[in-house]
Amino acid sequence: MEAKTIAGMQVNVNEEGYLEDMNQWNENIATEIADEIGIELTDKHFEVLHYLRNQNKEGVALTIRRVGKSGIVDIKGLYTLFPKGPLKFSSKIAGIPKPTSCI
Amino acid sequence: METKKIDNKTELKEKKPLEKVCLICAKGSLEDVYATLIMANGAVMEGIETNVFFTFFGLDGITKKSMNTLHTATTGNPSMRMPGGLPFPTMLGGLPGVETAVSGMMRKQMEALDMPPVDEFLEMITAGGGRIFACKLAVDMFKITKEDMSEEVEDIITIGQFYELCDGDRTQIIFT
Repeated sequence: MEAKTIAGMQVNVNEEGYLEDMNQWNENIATEIADEIGIELTDKHFEVLHYLRNQNKEGVALTIRRVGKSGIVDIKGLYTLFPKGPLKFSSKIAGIPKPTSCI
Repeated sequence: METKKIDNKTELKEKKPLEKVCLICAKGSLEDVYATLIMANGAVMEGIETNVFFTFFGLDGITKKSMNTLHTATTGNPSMRMPGGLPFPTMLGGLPGVETAVSGMMRKQMEALDMPPVDEFLEMITAGGGRIFACKLAVDMFKITKEDMSEEVEDIITIGQFYELCDGDRTQIIFT
């Protein structure tokens, strides 16, 4: 665990850059993490991010299939929003742990 | 892999991530097809370029009629267990309907873990940019056509064309 300043906030991240505490998250932090990855966030991105955070709060294990059936975005759309890392990048930007599912 | 020499004996190897995987599925049992699909989908999700080549009995995994009712072998499968963990008698596995029932149970357990049926799994792979191919020789041999296959199958190609898709020095071919 290391402390890092993102968007002017002191946050704790793990060695891969995922936030240790999802409550330290805000939309400015999301924008800056996304910027590092090379993604420019739109309203649609935030809709997905908030959905992921809610799912995580409820303790639901994240799979790409479940996000695809959320009604917010389909799988193709998720790949368009977060190219080359539909779950790992979206989770990182959403301030939740890296998904452990294989699907 | 790039190496940097630190001194005469030590070389530091720099990490170079995989760029492309080409998977070959040549068997049509439930577990063989799913092994291919899970590895393919996992690669797509990691941002790795992915090509999947179905050949021989593996074609069952992309044939509309069979893809969602694949079986796992209940005879000649030493890993087969009864619910509870006791060995599964081979004689029992040979009775009519047993393989169908056992395979159905397995599919139900997989569904509970959010593993999609084969048709949906293929869609997930292509949605992320993965490409699915059928082997020309096997297609000719089993006398099936493109129309018999899932819409996610991009083309019927020869093994030579498949190898052409496997170019690049950070590419791996995986035979499941």
